[in-house]
Amino acid sequence: MNIDNLSPFILTLVTFAPLAGALLLVLLPRRDRDIRIFSLVISLLTFVLSLHLPVHFHRGDAGFQFAVDRQWISSPNIHYHMGIDGISMWLVVLTTFLTPLCVLISWKSVHDRVKEFFILLLIMETALIGVFTSLDLFLFYFFWEATLIPMALLIGVFGHERKVYAAVKFFMYTMIASVFMLAAILWLYANTHSFDFVTIRDLIASGKVPNFPAAAQWLFLGFFVAFAVKVPLFPFHTWLPDAHVEAPTAGSVLLAGVLLKMGTYGMLRFNLGLFPEQSRHNAPWVMILALIGIVYGALVAMVQPNMKKLIAYSSVSHLGFVVLGIFSFTQAGLNGAMFVMLAHGVSTGALFMLAGILHERRHTYEISEFGGLASPMPVYAASYLFIVLASVGLPLLNGFIGEFLVLSGAFQDRAVYGILAATGVIWSAGYLLWMYQRVFYGKITHAVNNSLPDLSGFEKAAVWPCAAAALVMGVAPILWLGAIDPAVQAALISFPQVVSKVVGQ
Amino acid sequence: MITTSLVQAIPQGVDYIRILPELILSAFGIVIMLLDPLVDEERSQKTLGLIALAGTIAGLLSTWHMAQSPGLAFSNMVRVDSFSVFFHFLVIAIAAVVILSSFEYMAVQKIRAGEYYALILFGAVGMALMTSAVELVLIFIALEISSISTYILTGFRRNEASSSESSLKYFLLGSFATAFFLYGVAMMFGATGSTNIDIISRSLQAGPVQVLVYVAMALMFVGLGFKVAAAPFHIWTPDVYEGAPAPITGFMSTAPKAAAFAVLLRVVFAINAPGRFWLIWVAAALSMTLGNVGALVQTNIKRLLAYSSIAHAGYLLVAFAMTSPENSATGISAAMFYTAAYAAMNVGAFAVVSHFANAGERYVTLEDYEGLGRTSPLLAATLTIFLLSLIGIPMTGGFFAKFYVFSAALKANLIGLTLIGVINSAIGAYYYLRIIVMMYMRESRKEVPVARIPFGLGIALATSMVATLYLGLLPNRILQNAQQSAQDLLRQRVPNPTNAAQTQPSEAVQPY
Repeated sequence: MNIDNLSPFILTLVTFAPLAGALLLVLLPRRDRDIRIFSLVISLLTFVLSLHLPVHFHRGDAGFQFAVDRQWISSPNIHYHMGIDGISMWLVVLTTFLTPLCVLISWKSVHDRVKEFFILLLIMETALIGVFTSLDLFLFYFFWEATLIPMALLIGVFGHERKVYAAVKFFMYTMIASVFMLAAILWLYANTHSFDFVTIRDLIASGKVPNFPAAAQWLFLGFFVAFAVKVPLFPFHTWLPDAHVEAPTAGSVLLAGVLLKMGTYGMLRFNLGLFPEQSRHNAPWVMILALIGIVYGALVAMVQPNMKKLIAYSSVSHLGFVVLGIFSFTQAGLNGAMFVMLAHGVSTGALFMLAGILHERRHTYEISEFGGLASPMPVYAASYLFIVLASVGLPLLNGFIGEFLVLSGAFQDRAVYGILAATGVIWSAGYLLWMYQRVFYGKITHAVNNSLPDLSGFEKAAVWPCAAAALVMGVAPILWLGAIDPAVQAALISFPQVVSKVVGQ
Repeated sequence: MITTSLVQAIPQGVDYIRILPELILSAFGIVIMLLDPLVDEERSQKTLGLIALAGTIAGLLSTWHMAQSPGLAFSNMVRVDSFSVFFHFLVIAIAAVVILSSFEYMAVQKIRAGEYYALILFGAVGMALMTSAVELVLIFIALEISSISTYILTGFRRNEASSSESSLKYFLLGSFATAFFLYGVAMMFGATGSTNIDIISRSLQAGPVQVLVYVAMALMFVGLGFKVAAAPFHIWTPDVYEGAPAPITGFMSTAPKAAAFAVLLRVVFAINAPGRFWLIWVAAALSMTLGNVGALVQTNIKRLLAYSSIAHAGYLLVAFAMTSPENSATGISAAMFYTAAYAAMNVGAFAVVSHFANAGERYVTLEDYEGLGRTSPLLAATLTIFLLSLIGIPMTGGFFAKFYVFSAALKANLIGLTLIGVINSAIGAYYYLRIIVMMYMRESRKEVPVARIPFGLGIALATSMVATLYLGLLPNRILQNAQQSAQDLLRQRVPNPTNAAQTQPSEAVQPY
């Protein structure tokens, strides 16, 4: 069979393969080992399927590819419309890349209600991929909300001590925020009679939507609030540390790796795509919030005694970079924002795995409980260092490229933004390396740490692919940016002045 | 002229087909009443239940038969169109699922079954008739048939004081409310000279609207608002729902509500009732808010679901606040879809509650649900799906229903009401989520025995679950049906002469 025949179905396949796996899993008997192997096979299969996308992607083409558009419900006019461009493709691949690693990292650490855990994980994967592939606003909202339940259950059932509080807080925060997006989507439908992203975008751009100028600012805010809570942008970030600290490792990995990117992806796709004028209009305060997020997140991370909380706050800081890049409306800034999303997904995902590995051995995340771990766990320490350096932004590793591009974009927009954001890079080096020093160097202060076992085979299999990805992304970013660049250029078409500013100056 | 109308006044064969479901359900109800003293106590439970179930299935089949011959019957008192067929199916299907989930409940609670099943069938007759009646007096009679059956059913746990209390409360307040309705009908007659919905509609459109009509509308709205448990006529709901037998709570929170909403749709849209906008706006906003806020602090699951049903009545009423004909059509179909989705998820949720409650309804507090995810994963997963649908999470009927209602409201530019609605549905998520949290995230602190799911209940649960998911994933067919019904309902009020001639007392079959 010609592989190209797959193209019309590939997005459907990639999206629903994990769900199909989850349904099969329901029928499997409760033999934990079989369940784990089966989930691993399913998630690897999804990953392999998703590789079809970058392989067959036309890089120069800025439009949506692998599109499928079928009518789902005739009235209201809802379509099963999926398609990806350079922006969403890599987020899909990021999701499918991280999920098998989540299965591996949970291999030993989840031993109660194993079946439920892996069912939820696979459902989660489908919902996440769906968010990135849908081009119909209804379908998008459908998947958007569908991510809530599995995540809340993963936190609430498999988490640590204050899991219920964290799960409910996570759920309510994101639920309340996203109903405003629902209201905005419904308004758009009422005035355009379409849920189709491309149709609505073109109608708005050509000024054919009745009452639009009066409502535009509210619509922008409706979408923006939902995305800002998800990112999370300062001051909507308070659910994140709780959710991360209480979540099981795999939950944290998906939460930081992919779930937060739903917010930034949404801003890039919907806020910029549908409301370019309002985006420009609101950019100043959004960028200021992003800057506060960068600096504030970094400073709070610095003083955290809890390793997982530290990583969680570092996410707030890093995602601030993404928002800053997006709202700089420059080619470099947007490219950088996309790249930070991917890099952050890989390296923070790995950091959460590493934190989880430690928690499994000592049942604590307190940094003061450790010290001198480099001698009992040399492989672990080396892997950790590698990921920390990637996260800090060492050149030739993935963190550097994205942050550099965002900063250059921010400088083009307004130098002071660039300068302030650049301090974030310094802070991040500070808190991560300081944490590393306290955990791995010095003398062993707690005797029990002397006998901690080093990385097991499963753990290596989970962490090392992230390290490898961090290296490849740092050395050859063009592999990713080649597809991202045209899509970003297309996204910026509605920003003529700003683009000309890039070209002209 | 006089002779022809006399001839037509005599019911003909086709007239009986147009009330066939009602006839069949009544016949089965009477058979159960007759058999009740003849079969011995032990066997009666199952046998009579099965007869009742057969009755509902026959009722569903006869509804299908009835749908083949749409039109007016019995001197224009009954109209069979896709609107009434939709609600016939809904009401009778609810009755069937409730009967299925009652089998085990009756045995566990040791309640004698005879009249119970007969009353469910008689109640269904009243509700079905409510949905096809186009004559206000007949609507009133049907309303009474359905209400009296539910009053008695509410008090069926005879040994429990709470059940008797709830029955009495429901009866007193309910009669009061129906009196309001009747008063409204009388005033409407005074203002327009008729109790026929078509004629009222025409006379209202022909001339200036008298003050009396507004009063009549308001009074009728009070009566129907009580039946659908809309604020500010909702005070009875929590107590009555708590005291009634759990399957009956499931029944009365869905079937009579659906029927009352059908009447309200006819009264509001077919009559094109004047001055209704703020009436409905306020009732909708109040119901959503009071229902959700009230539910936040409940510890008894039946009371919680009672408040939730008030809130859902509020969401549903949002769809009634449409005024222009085009928006009315979307509003009607949104309301119809919502009733169906709500019925599916709520009947299912109450089926779980009635199974879990055990003898004497001992286990009905939220605490009892702690750890259910571990002790009975299947039951917990089922309840979770219904709760997610009540929250309005994608893939479930509840999500699509809410989506459709709010989308209709925004189309009619009801931005304020929509915002109140979406914010309320976010608040509502909290208390449903609390039950899910209890089931999955806490360990049980006391011994709560959970029996295996018996066959009948299993089918009831599976039916409601399939319906909930079907409405959430493939809503197209039901939606088209609802839209068709909305057109049918609105076509009746078009005041052009050719159509008016058709609605004159004559055999003319309505365009279908």
